[in-house]
Parts: sequence; C-alpha cells; structure tokens
Amino acid sequence: MESIKKMDFSYFPGCSLATTAKESNQSLMKVCEKLGLNLIELEDWNCCGSSSAHSLDQKLAFRLAARNLSLAPSDRPLLVMCPSCLHRLKLAHKVISENPEARAQEEARWGRPIDPGLKIMHFFELLSGIEPSRLEAALVRPLGGLKFVPYYGCMLARPPALRKERNYHGLIEKILSSLGAESLFWAFSARCCGTFLSAARPDIAVPLVNEIIGGAVKAGAECIVTACAMCQLNLEIRCTLETRIPTLHFSEILALAFGAKGSKSWFKRHLVDPMPLLKAKGLI
Amino acid sequence: MQNNASSSSLIDLTTCDRSFRHEVNERSGENVGLCWHCRTCAGGCPYVKAMDYHPHAVFRLVQLGLRKEALESSTIWICVSCNTCSIQCPAAIDIPAIMDALRHMALAEGVKIAQPEIVKFHEEVLGSIERYGRTHKLEIMMRYKVRMRQWFQDMDLGLKMLARRKLDLKPSKIDRPEEVSRLFTGSAEDGKH
Repeated sequence: MESIKKMDFSYFPGCSLATTAKESNQSLMKVCEKLGLNLIELEDWNCCGSSSAHSLDQKLAFRLAARNLSLAPSDRPLLVMCPSCLHRLKLAHKVISENPEARAQEEARWGRPIDPGLKIMHFFELLSGIEPSRLEAALVRPLGGLKFVPYYGCMLARPPALRKERNYHGLIEKILSSLGAESLFWAFSARCCGTFLSAARPDIAVPLVNEIIGGAVKAGAECIVTACAMCQLNLEIRCTLETRIPTLHFSEILALAFGAKGSKSWFKRHLVDPMPLLKAKGLI
Repeated sequence: MQNNASSSSLIDLTTCDRSFRHEVNERSGENVGLCWHCRTCAGGCPYVKAMDYHPHAVFRLVQLGLRKEALESSTIWICVSCNTCSIQCPAAIDIPAIMDALRHMALAEGVKIAQPEIVKFHEEVLGSIERYGRTHKLEIMMRYKVRMRQWFQDMDLGLKMLARRKLDLKPSKIDRPEEVSRLFTGSAEDGKH
C-alpha cells in the first residue's frame, strides 16, 4: 500500500464511539491530529445495523449500511473504527459494487449516488500504511516497558466473502513495541468478547470474559489493549474476578505515547481505573 | 449439550422435509451440503456450552430435512456471528450466514423460539434504530430489562456506568430520522436485498 501522508478521510464513528466509548473517539482524534490526518465525520451517519439487524432482517441490515455508503463523498476514503461496523459496511458495499441492479435500487432509495469504488478502511489499515519512522517521530512519551496483551476479539475473523482482504494481526504488538511497551504472548487475543450476549445473556458472557481476563493476568500483563470499543466495554463490565487489570483502547495508548493532552478525562470513564498503573509507569 | 429430544429416538427419514436445505441454501447464498462434519466449528466456537446443538449438528439437521428441530434449536440464537468458525471451516462455509437464514426462517414460520430473550433484545436494538437512527444503549437496556421482568439485574452496573458517564441519558440522533424509520414500515419490501 502507498504510504499515507496528510490526507482527508470521511470518518464513521459508529454508535459505540459516539456514546459509551467517547474516550476512544477523542483519543483517535488526537492520534490523527498528531499524525497530520484529517477526519471529517460522515454527515448524518446512522447505525450500521449491528448484530441485531442481520439477525432478524437481512434487507434492513443491507439498507442501513447502504444509507451510510450513500452519504460518503467519493473523493476520500471512508475510515471506520469499529470492526463490526466495518464488516457490515464492507459486505453491503461488496453487493453494491458487484450488482448494478442493487446499486441502482439503493441510489434510488436514498436519492444519492453510491461510489462502487469507494475505499472503506479500518483504522488499522490506515496505521499500517504509515511509515514506522513517522510513528516514532511522533513519540513524545515512551511507554516505559508497559506490559500488555493485544486483544483483537473477532476482528481478525471474517466471513469467507471478505477472506481475501488483508489481515492486520500483529499490528498492535508491532506498533506499541516500537513505542516502548512490552507485548506478551497469550491465548485469547482472538477470542470473541461475547458481543450482544453481554447485554442479552450476561450468564454466558461472564465466564467468557473471566477466561479472557484471567488469561491476561496469568500471562503477566499489566493491561489489555483492545482493537474494538465494544470488546473494551464487555471486558470491563462483565469481569467478576477479584484480580482485574485495566483494558485500554488502542487509540488511548497511542495518544498517550504521542503526548496528547486530555487523557485524564478518558481514563476517568473506565470502570477499571487505569490511573494507578499509568502513574506507576510514569505515563501520566 | 448434544442431547435434544430427537437424539433419544431414531430419525425417521421418510418424513424428512427434502425442500428445507434448498430453502436454506437459497436464503443464505451458501451450500450447507458442503459440511462434512469435521467439527472444527464446534472446536473453536466460544459458545458451544450454551448451545443445544453444535453448529455442524444444526447443519446435519438441515441436511436431513429436520426443519422443526433446526429452526427450534437454541444454537441459531446463541450464535453471535463472530466468524471464529467460518475462518476455521475447511469447506469455507459462511456459517453465520446460514445461522442468519435459519433465524429469519424461524421468525417467518412462527416456530417456537428457543431463546426468546435474545430476540427481544434484538427487537429493542432495532426499535432504537427506528426511533433515533442510532442505538441508545441506556434505553435499550432499560426497555429490555422491563420486558424480561429483570427489574434489578444489572442495576448496580448501570449506575456505575452512569457515574462514569459511560451511558448517555439522551440518545445520539440522526438529523433526518424519517430516512431510516421508513425502512421499518414494511412498505419497502421491494428487491432482493
């Protein structure tokens, strides 16, 4: 992929980053600012449909995603932060780009053109296109050997239709190690967090989350770094273990390393307080 | 886990519904016949303990034309479509796509839903999208707990989240809610997608 310099992106935050995970949204903005990337929020974006739409009504799921695609200007890539929103938008875009009839139907429904060549990318794809030297140049506060385990959840697992897309396994480890943190091996980096069962069936989500956090503690981690805001929330709210460790959004720890201001207001929103750890490590 | 009523008795193949698997294939765009029951899906699935049939066993029900057993299984609702199974499936079957098809058929055919609480949760999420164009988590959870009559479950958690400003009292709304709410009226039943 060509290297990314200063660029404009349409940005789809998704419901989690707009509400429960505002700290991830705010820290992402800081990271992009530090890297000279300009995020322009997608005008009047709607929920991608999440798990519920495709579970109950396929057409609804497709149309909710299609409306967002119809709102995206064609002159810049659409950046998505939530792995689940990314799948919904990409799957809908695949249908639209491969099926002219479906495209015409959705363009008529929304009264707006949909670019079949629209580039939809995750934050990880963006990061992987940035030269390591640029990330290191942005480093203000080295991460002081902070021991973390990377948590991707189901982000790396994709439906067969998207199987040929590039995979960003290892990106969290690679980047945070270059910024001075220490990545540890563990067994649960790609274990599903429980998603909506955390709300609908906490009895199923609790043992799953406990297994994940227990695994991180056993590996000697001081914190977990997540790729997805919903995973971050589930790991915080459904752990019933006595020994708990903080779960940080990837964007938060990046912003911290880049010396962004305002980080205390993000960490106040965590249910497992990361401040004692970050203070002990001299990061705050 | 694998003990449903049907496994205790012999399967009468003479009464099987031969059209069932074709319907599932058509709805999902997949071929359920490709599954040779290597059980890799069950080995990787984080949710098998909560399911009555393992994912491949649901496919066996479909292959055998056991419509009622497949559509009434809890598995189709417990599956969260995390795709852990489908990246491991040697036949590259989009397993969640088939689960989606079975969920839609279960609702359309009015069979007994094995996990009505999960359907209620999804309905609350969709209700929120219909009202605001986005999901309003506090309202979804409150309405869901009321419907489930679990008045106090998670109340302490909700208060903690409110104190940390993790939950917003007011929804995040779109500017043109009618664009989204009209998708829910049922009049938009045109086209294949």
